[in-house]
Amino acid sequence: MVSDISVLIGGRAGEGINNAGMVVAHLLNNLGYHAYMYYDYPSLIRGGHNFTLVRAADRKIGVHRATADYVLALNQETVLRHKGRFLPHTVVIYNSDTVKGEGQGISVTGALRSVNAPEIMGNSAIIGAFAKAAGIPWETVVGVFTRHLPKGMQQNLAVARNGYDQVNAVLPISPGKGKPLPLVTGNEAVGLGLVAGGLSAYISYPMTPSSSLLHFLAENAGRIGLSVIHPENEIAVLLMALGESYAGARVAVGTSGGGFCLMAEGLSLAGMAEIPVVILVSQRTGPSTGLPTYTAQSDLRFILHAGQGEFPRLILAPGDAGQAYAWSAVAMDIAWRFQVPAFILSDKTLSEGFYAMEDIEKPGIQKEESHEGEIVTPYERYRFTESGVSPLRFPGTKGSVVKVNSYAHDPAGISTEEPDLVAKMTEKRLQKGRTLSEMMARYETVTHGGKTGSDTAVICWGSVLGVCSEVCDELGIRLVQPVVLAPFPADRIRKALEGVRRLVAVEENATGQLGSLLRESGIPFDRQVLHWDGRPLTPDLLSAHLQEALR
Amino acid sequence: MIGSGFVTGAQNTWCPGCGNFSIQHTLKNLFADLEKEGADPEKIVLVTGIGCHAKMADYMNVNSFYAIHGRAIPVATGIKLANRDLTVICCVGDGDAYAEGLDHLIFAAKRNIDITVLVHNNRVYGLTVGQYTPTSPLGFKGKSTPGGTLEYPINPLELVLASGATYVARGYTRKMDQLKTLIGRGVRHKGFSFIDILQICATFFPATDYYNKKTYDLPPYDTADFMRACSQAREWDYNNDAPVSLGVFYEKAAPTFDEKVDAIPRSEQDRDRFISTFLASRQ
Repeated sequence: MVSDISVLIGGRAGEGINNAGMVVAHLLNNLGYHAYMYYDYPSLIRGGHNFTLVRAADRKIGVHRATADYVLALNQETVLRHKGRFLPHTVVIYNSDTVKGEGQGISVTGALRSVNAPEIMGNSAIIGAFAKAAGIPWETVVGVFTRHLPKGMQQNLAVARNGYDQVNAVLPISPGKGKPLPLVTGNEAVGLGLVAGGLSAYISYPMTPSSSLLHFLAENAGRIGLSVIHPENEIAVLLMALGESYAGARVAVGTSGGGFCLMAEGLSLAGMAEIPVVILVSQRTGPSTGLPTYTAQSDLRFILHAGQGEFPRLILAPGDAGQAYAWSAVAMDIAWRFQVPAFILSDKTLSEGFYAMEDIEKPGIQKEESHEGEIVTPYERYRFTESGVSPLRFPGTKGSVVKVNSYAHDPAGISTEEPDLVAKMTEKRLQKGRTLSEMMARYETVTHGGKTGSDTAVICWGSVLGVCSEVCDELGIRLVQPVVLAPFPADRIRKALEGVRRLVAVEENATGQLGSLLRESGIPFDRQVLHWDGRPLTPDLLSAHLQEALR
Repeated sequence: MIGSGFVTGAQNTWCPGCGNFSIQHTLKNLFADLEKEGADPEKIVLVTGIGCHAKMADYMNVNSFYAIHGRAIPVATGIKLANRDLTVICCVGDGDAYAEGLDHLIFAAKRNIDITVLVHNNRVYGLTVGQYTPTSPLGFKGKSTPGGTLEYPINPLELVLASGATYVARGYTRKMDQLKTLIGRGVRHKGFSFIDILQICATFFPATDYYNKKTYDLPPYDTADFMRACSQAREWDYNNDAPVSLGVFYEKAAPTFDEKVDAIPRSEQDRDRFISTFLASRQ
């Protein structure tokens, strides 16, 4: 009987490994456990080696484990490649028609033939066999297949039943106490948050690991009342978005680092012309093409400084699907209230990881008083106000001529080279940044975890939240996570670190980008744990690194 | 004065004799006409790139988006997608549309988005003080090509015809009555309207005498005839010494991108229901 379960499913690309993993995650979710799934795949369409690590536990988790209690091998490579993940008790369930292994061999061909099912349903036999081996009641399998595999459900179930009957309950899992939670990917959570924040248009050019948000919103566009456009390139993506925003749409775009390189000129335009837009940047291993399907946290400084000139921006780095949902809604709200570009900084781990979402309440957007001040006639798009935020109107509004401009401009939006006016307008934009910074204090910009009273702390950002939470709990260390990275909540961080004698910054990059921000703010830290091979840190690995760093 | 209300108080900095004055005057009169026809001037949006042409955004007292070099067309596309009631006119330069932002021109034509693109084609970079553009003739001596260009110009009419534009015309800044007709018809055309305007650059490409000698009005023909339009567009390739025809080369009615995209808005309740239904389906 175990209460922290890890299941590895491996096979060739094109064999539906991701879907099989999701079904296993749903099985464990319905058994009353908190589930999480990591999906690992190379950049190709057919062949290669794909695998997922599904994990379930009796507490909140947001990371996979390096080891596996169950291995579901659809091909020989799975058994060979993952030897290092095997534990003495590991149960291997394999397709005995194609794989030589030790453990629970089942004939997938036989299962398919028994109900005349197509080859694509072969995974169901393995999943069925896993369910039996793990002691999962058949009714739970029926329930999950009915809800999550509606296509060809009866036939899939028949194949699964055949697999179920071929093995014994060799390593049963006792039912957990939790209620099933919604399982969503990070990108889906971002999408839901954007919708909750009033999204009316999404524009994107495909780039891993952001593309699944494009697919999700395109598929559901009709139900949401959304226009979803895939234009010629990322330059057009952001410029088209700025046109939409200028004309009154609430618009977001999504890309990864390489695509964002092409958006830099558009970003600077958004800053100068004060046009709201939300930008998802989902990081992958760089530089350049790097590892397209693997993770990194190495674009923070790029996002922070991209674009010529100086202008305020909002950068949010959610650490799991729940935060992604809540903060994506906030990003929409703030972008429009402050007329700034707002970033959601994700990465492959968060975007494509499959998370159990605990808090599914609609994010509480703080619909507060406007900072725009009153409208005067004639309308001035860039009217000077105390807050730095000017009244926002859209073209087509009676009595208003709405002029936006990439050049230095006067309050009416007409180009100017007058030094006093140029300086004053720059000051207006900076004032807007200060107002934004003050207003952000009303949000929980920094989260706390681990052992709160400890004088040893870890500081992290983004998707490593999951692994850091677990390891800090285990080692009795305090955890501090700034979710907002610009405007940088230095005071909040300082407060969260009161009483800390030793501070370690944990990041998945090679140079310590959060570390450099801390240094700029005069927040000293003692050690860094940096990790940059494209694979997310696992609890065992981080625990070892941390203990080493703190020795 | 007709249409004087459409001009801002911004100081005009075009060179004396610049063809842009003609285009501005034409737009001013066109806007006045549209208003007389009952159109709402507050629904006109002017989008410009960067270059001499782009100052139009400062000079015209209508909604405007003074964008960046080469990127007026995607901005205009976004504006039209967000609000189909707006009349979106894009002023771009030949450097803008044919060099820096060529991809956007081709895709706007391909989509048949209902916007009007006026290319102020003076065949030289003016604001950066005299370099060749994609439509400068072979051997053009500019500041970046003192020995003369080594490449042939592109023929923009051929290019946009091949890309799917549904209204293709060419005008000349010294023929203002015709220019007004061409632009007016383009603005009223439902779909992607493209007008290449041979614009005099008084300082760096003063081709007035040449155009006065070479230009002629297109003979009447069926403008829905694509093959005829293509062969007519090939008569002058922006390099040879052939006669330069002016007028509407091609016009065809076709469904527009904006009407095809047009998303049906959903109420907040519907959207909230989508979120909760989706989350419930994942339990």
